[in-house]
Parts: sequence; structure tokens; C-alpha cells
Amino acid sequence: MTAEVQERLVLDDVPPSLARVETPFRRFVSDFTDSRIATGAFICFLVIAAIAVFAPWLAPTDPYDLAQVSVLDSNLPPFSENFEGVTFWLGTDGAGRDLLSAIIYGLRISLGVGVSSGLIAMAIGCAVGLTAAYAGGRTDSVIMRIVDIQLSFPAILVALILLAILGKGVDKILIALVTVQWAYYARTVRASALVERSKEYVEAATCLALGHRRIVFRHILPNCLPPMIVVVTLQTAHAISLEATLSFLGVGLPTTEPSLGLLIANGFEYMLSHKYWISIFPGVALLVTIITINLVGDQLRDVLNPRLQK
Amino acid sequence: MQSSLVVLVMSLLVFIGVNIVGNPVDMLINPEADQEEIDRVISDLGLDRPVHEQYGYFVFNALKGDLGKSFIYGEPALKLIVQHIPATLELAVAALLMAIVFGIPLGVYAGLKPDSKTAKTIMATSILGFSLPTFWVGIMMIMVFAVQLGVLPSTGRGDTVDVLGVPMSFLTLDGLSHLFLPALNLSLFKISLVIRLSRAGTREIVHMDYIKFARAKGLRQGRIVMVHLMKNIMIPVVTVLGLEFGGLVAFSTVTETVFAWPGMGKLIIDSIHNLDRPVVVAYLMIVVLLFVTINLVVDVLYSVLDPRVRLQDQKS
Repeated sequence: MTAEVQERLVLDDVPPSLARVETPFRRFVSDFTDSRIATGAFICFLVIAAIAVFAPWLAPTDPYDLAQVSVLDSNLPPFSENFEGVTFWLGTDGAGRDLLSAIIYGLRISLGVGVSSGLIAMAIGCAVGLTAAYAGGRTDSVIMRIVDIQLSFPAILVALILLAILGKGVDKILIALVTVQWAYYARTVRASALVERSKEYVEAATCLALGHRRIVFRHILPNCLPPMIVVVTLQTAHAISLEATLSFLGVGLPTTEPSLGLLIANGFEYMLSHKYWISIFPGVALLVTIITINLVGDQLRDVLNPRLQK
Repeated sequence: MQSSLVVLVMSLLVFIGVNIVGNPVDMLINPEADQEEIDRVISDLGLDRPVHEQYGYFVFNALKGDLGKSFIYGEPALKLIVQHIPATLELAVAALLMAIVFGIPLGVYAGLKPDSKTAKTIMATSILGFSLPTFWVGIMMIMVFAVQLGVLPSTGRGDTVDVLGVPMSFLTLDGLSHLFLPALNLSLFKISLVIRLSRAGTREIVHMDYIKFARAKGLRQGRIVMVHLMKNIMIPVVTVLGLEFGGLVAFSTVTETVFAWPGMGKLIIDSIHNLDRPVVVAYLMIVVLLFVTINLVVDVLYSVLDPRVRLQDQKS
């Protein structure tokens, strides 16, 4: 038997005929749906994500289209109508924009920035963490020292420093969020990769003289994924919250890209004159997003943690 | 060694970055000023020299404790920041005290009666404290207490009393009422943290033999909790809070902006908006220095307190 065939038999997927009826995926789904709250949160998150993706079709008006915005409509309370008979379900902001539409578009930006920064940070963190765990020795200690140093500074401070240097903009806030997050991923991956590395199947793969790259990506990486998925969800919620905070402080996104944080900041000026809706509704949208992602993440942590399994 | 390297790299990054972004000349000089006036201001501020030379001056001056003059206020940046430190420290210390005063009793209660409704409510609230963005909670507090109920002021420090030449808010009633909301806002996250820590600690410790023994001896529940239990949960709580103090200073930027509290955090945000580079650079350097110091002290304390860490270091 050639080495390749042997490897297929020993290490690769079981042929479909031998697959159990209860696949790992199905078991995972049934474990996850054990918690009603988490299931509800997941559905809620899907709805929010769908709203964000299909924003241009769902929003009653386009808040960027100046032709549709009139200053005459500014600061209208919720459920009020303007002269043309358009109803603003959640009222309007200081510039006369429909708040519901602004929130839907803001959700798109907040979620987009949060999710993409999480994914980029995961890719970088994974690569760095795997390298550290697999290479070991001096490479490992240098990388982990950098990670430790970075984690000893609060995320908001690092992001603030970077944005003070870089200025405003979607790309800049992405850089800041990725810089803040990658270290968490690197540490998580390294921890589980170290455990996996000492297992027999890696030894077997090494004995079969497989390339380093193949061992790392095909054998070690898939087994490190469960803890990563948990970190991704929780970090995404964190990134969304951080982006909103930075935009609220006025150092995050420019006013041409109004995320939820910026909408809240705009409404803050009007709050002292009892125009509560401009700040409250974007805030509620932000909270619901963050909390649903956190709930899903918590349940994932319980389901994917082998130590907690019965 | 490593700490000073961090400081050096930071200074370089911060300085070069801040200098490349934005053109302060446009921000600071009256657009109607003639060319001569503009030139004069540029050479006054040292903006006409190449960047590396500016950095050389910057490091040299920084070692003398001179981090440049603020473009906006015309005062030395370092002095400006030092003036704003007491307000931030006051806020951070108040938040720290609140975390202890609210966090420990709630956490101990939740640990003693883990199945009661109250305990579950406490834990659910602490999850909210972790996940809600600070600035949003601050806005809500202003809306409820300042706008709707009108019981507490929303901005500023109120009346201050000079203590050793430094204005402090906590000595006057008006100042205290101004301090309460921002401090609570800043400490919410830490309160949740302390609740979790002291709950976990309590649940571990109530099953220890010495607690059982104290019960068997017939001591009152109050004495067991206050003396035998409290002493032991304080250790992790104090350690973590010490570590988190730097985090409080960092997060005070958010709280100070929401409540218009005139501390370092508000100063830095305003300076970023105004492209007031010397102040931004000076703030970042001071905060990095602060963190490096905190980390160093914590590392040293660990090896003093925990023999395992000390022994490991000797081996390697």
C-alpha cells in the first residue's frame, strides 16, 4: 500500500456507507437547541443579519438620498406623519432622516464591521497561534510574549491609540479592531494546538512524512476549531460594542458611514431636550444585537466544551 | 528592559503616526492670516523640520519632561495633562470603591444562596453589566436620573474644594452628587466582575473544613461570613481589582465624554478632534508608562506572593 492510500484509510473521512446516522453535526444541532433561549437568540440573530444584508430593500427610505430627506421633518416623535403622509414609525433625527431606515442601514455597517474584523482577526490569530504552537521553542516564546504584552493593555486603549494615529474611516477602524482582537485568537489556538500536537494522530502523520503545512492545516487546525467558534462569536459581539463606543467618542467611523454608535451620539445632543427617541432606538438595536450574539456564544461554549458533555 | 522597549516603540509609533495624519497648520492658523504669519507659526511650532528631526527633538525633550506645547491652549502638554489627572483619579477611585461596596455583598449573597431567585437575578444582571456598552448605560443613566427624574446632575464636577491645591469633588455635597452617576457608570463592569469573583470564591470556601468547624463551634452565621469567609475571598478580589485599575483609567475616556467630566479622558478625546498633537502624544506616552508600571509592579508582586512563579523563574 502506498503511503497515500494508507493515510486515506487511517486519517481521512470515513466512507459514507460507514457514517453513523447521528453525525457530529446533528448531535451538535440537537445539543444546541436544548436551550430555548439560545435557539431564540440564534433565530433573532439570523433576523438581524437578514435585515442588515437586505437593508436597501427593507428600509422605508434611503437615509443617504438627500432628495428623500427634508429638514422640515426634523425631530419628529415616533408614529408621526409629515405633510406628504409618510409615517415615521420611530420618528426622525435632527436632519429629518427617518430613524427606522437610519437604524437599518446603521445595523448593516455595525454588523459588517464587527463580523469582518472578527474574521480577519481570526485568520491572522490562527496563523500566528498555529505557528507558535507548531514551531515551539524561541519562536513560540517571542510570539506569546508579544501577545501577552498586547493583552495587558485594555482593548479600548489600544484602539484609541491606533485611531488617534490613523484617523477616521472604515478601513482604519477595521485595522484597529483586528489589532485589538488577533491576540485573543492566537492565544486560544495556541492552547488547543499544543494539546492536539502531542496526540497520536499527529505523531502518525509525522511518521508518514507528511509536509508540515499539511499536518498543520489538515490535521491540527480542524481539531482546534471548536474553541475558535466560541471565541469568534463572543469577540464579534465585543467588536460591535467597541466600534459603537469608538464611533460614539467620535474617533471611529466618519459621519458619512453612520453606524449605530454614531446615531446614538447624534441623538445624545437632543436627549437633554426630551427628544429621547433619536438616541434610544439605535441603542436598543445595538443592545439586542450584542445580547443575542452573546447568548448564542454562551450556548456554543457549553455545547462545544468536551468537559461539560454528559 | 522589555518595558523600556515597549515605551520606545510606542513613542516612535505614536509620534510618526500622529505627525503623518492630518495637517495641523490648516486647523490652527486663521485662514485669513498672510503667508508671513503662517510661516512664523510653523517655525514656532517646529513644523518646518523633517519628521525624524522633529522626533529627535521630541525624545530629547521628553527625557527632560517636556512633551511639547499644546497648539490650542498654548500651555505645555504635560502640564495640561497633569492638571487633568486628579479628576480622572478621583473618578477611578470612586468607581473602584463602588465595585467593592456593591460587588462583594451581592457576590457573597449569590454564593451563599445560589439557588434563590435573588441570586439568579443578581447573576443575570451581572451578565448585562458585562455585555452592555458603557457609553450606552451612561446615556440611559443621564436620561433617567437627570432628564426624566431630575434628581442628579448630568455633567461637570460641581462644587470643588481644594485639597493641597488640587480641586476635589467628593468633599462637597454638590460634588458628590456630580460624582455619583459617572462613578457608577464606570464601575458597572467592575461590579459585575467582583460579583462573579466573590460568588465563585464563596461557593468554593463554604465547603471548606474550617467553615464547617466554625459552624460546629456554634458561631453565628454573621461572624462566619464576615470573618472566616470574607478574609479568604478578598485575596483574589483585591488582586484582580489592582490589575483592573489601569482599565478604569482607560475606560474613563468613555465615561468622561458622556458625563462631560473634565479629566484626562475628555481632554484626549477633545485633543484628537482638534488635532492637538502634542497633547495626544503626551497623553499616550503617559498612559503607556502608567500601564508598563502597573504590569511591572504586578509581575514583581506575583513572584513575591506566589512561590511557584518565583521557583519557575529561578529554574529557567
